[in-house]
Amino acid sequence: MTEMPRKPVPEPGPETKPYWDGLAEGRLLLQRCAGCGRIRHYPRPLCDACHSFEADWVPASGEARVHGWTVAHHPYHPAFRAELPYTLVTADLPEGVRLVAQLRDAGPEALRLGAVLRIGIEDNGEGQALPVLRLAGG
Amino acid sequence: MSLSGQAAVTGIGETDYRRDAGGRSVLRLQLEASLAAIADAGLAPREIDGIVLPMGTGGTVAEDFVTNLGIPDLRLSTTTPLGGAGAVAAVQCAVAAVAAGLCRHVLLPLGRTGRTGSRIGARIHQMPQFRTVGEFEAPAGALAPAQYYAPMARRHMELYGTTSRQLAEIAVTTRRHAILNGNASMTRPMSIEDHQASRLIADPLRLLDCSLESDGAAAVVVSAADIARDMPRPRVLVTGVAEGHPDSPSAITQRPDMTRLGLAKAAPRAFAMAGVTPADIQVAEIYDCFTYIVLCQIEDLGFCAKGEGGAFVEGGALGLGGRLPVNTHGGLLSQSHMAGMNHVIELVRQLRGEAGAAQVEGARLGLVTGYGDLGDGTVAIMARG
Repeated sequence: MTEMPRKPVPEPGPETKPYWDGLAEGRLLLQRCAGCGRIRHYPRPLCDACHSFEADWVPASGEARVHGWTVAHHPYHPAFRAELPYTLVTADLPEGVRLVAQLRDAGPEALRLGAVLRIGIEDNGEGQALPVLRLAGG
Repeated sequence: MSLSGQAAVTGIGETDYRRDAGGRSVLRLQLEASLAAIADAGLAPREIDGIVLPMGTGGTVAEDFVTNLGIPDLRLSTTTPLGGAGAVAAVQCAVAAVAAGLCRHVLLPLGRTGRTGSRIGARIHQMPQFRTVGEFEAPAGALAPAQYYAPMARRHMELYGTTSRQLAEIAVTTRRHAILNGNASMTRPMSIEDHQASRLIADPLRLLDCSLESDGAAAVVVSAADIARDMPRPRVLVTGVAEGHPDSPSAITQRPDMTRLGLAKAAPRAFAMAGVTPADIQVAEIYDCFTYIVLCQIEDLGFCAKGEGGAFVEGGALGLGGRLPVNTHGGLLSQSHMAGMNHVIELVRQLRGEAGAAQVEGARLGLVTGYGDLGDGTVAIMARG
């Protein structure tokens, strides 16, 4: 019996683990500089504005807006083949950073720049919690 | 001190791109191209005293070239790990090295077995440049360069009305040029309709928006300008060269303006160094991993304003006799994916007057760009003289 290849999983480091732990608990957390209060994403060791290493974590508002998107048609990884085609949305968060997540419950034809989205969190079918996006009111 | 005019590309060499490597190693391919470039420069291998390796592909190191070519006194060994921007970054590095008097003749070898060896799309997550997107975007299913770049193209389309048919113009013109080249992988004619009928890979990018996965190697020799005067080939001087890194270089997602590449920072510096403007450029070899990336670079180079690239490329503008002949060799889209070293070589051929059926008549000034990883940009302006 051949084993189905698994989807890529994050390999968190010390600076990124709280983000993934938050998702596992059902919360999208964003890293906030404890020095100047700036939200940064993706999580990393140092604030590029004030150069403080100190940071804490705050929950995202859950809102987002469409910044760009692509629809995956080619099976670059066998574990995603069954999901093709899927839509990956790049979304602006009001916190000033962006998120990439799969679109749920709508196709790409419904997308417009600036359209309002809601962030959800879903298991990827293999035990990994990931953010997903839905059109607001959809 | 300006680097302008301090160095010349004195030798060019390529393997056959028409078939796979037939079991030859990456090092063997790179050595074949290197010997060809060194011979073209009229040099003996022992005269090479610097090596710049443009990218990690294939895992070769300068020591391999010292050992195989019999280089007795290598004075500089370095790498330019900027992905597809690495070839032109290596030119910048070599120009700086000869201008500073560190070296006389620097060899820049690039080669890969992208078709029969490790697939280009599969290799990227082993590269540290892709570590961030590997952790935060790959789990969602954003796995390959096409998927990272496609949202830039989509946003450009939504903001400016750019169309897939405009991207097709780039693919079709590039194929037409490849057919004129005796050493191109893709030689079957392509129409706009062929492009539009090709399958979607990462919408809006279709199969015929994507570059090839190739086996082969390409190498050049960069020499000090005063020495180059007495070398056999027509002298092609590097008159402007620059490297630029985009905002948020590790994640396109977080880039304030996703339609602006690192090249937008590099281009004004290169033009200023060369003392020319985009209007002076007679031929341009523009890194074409994807059609959209060509369109975006045409804007970032200043050939037109941001958002006007779609209209700029229409009507065969990039073809021979058009307003800006681009990728006269067939590029990564249709000649071979030599990560842009084949673009450097084609520019040198054009400026020497050795481009055969694809020769831009009277070409004396041109440019070559690189685009790498998540938006690094490089550009070299060269002139016959």
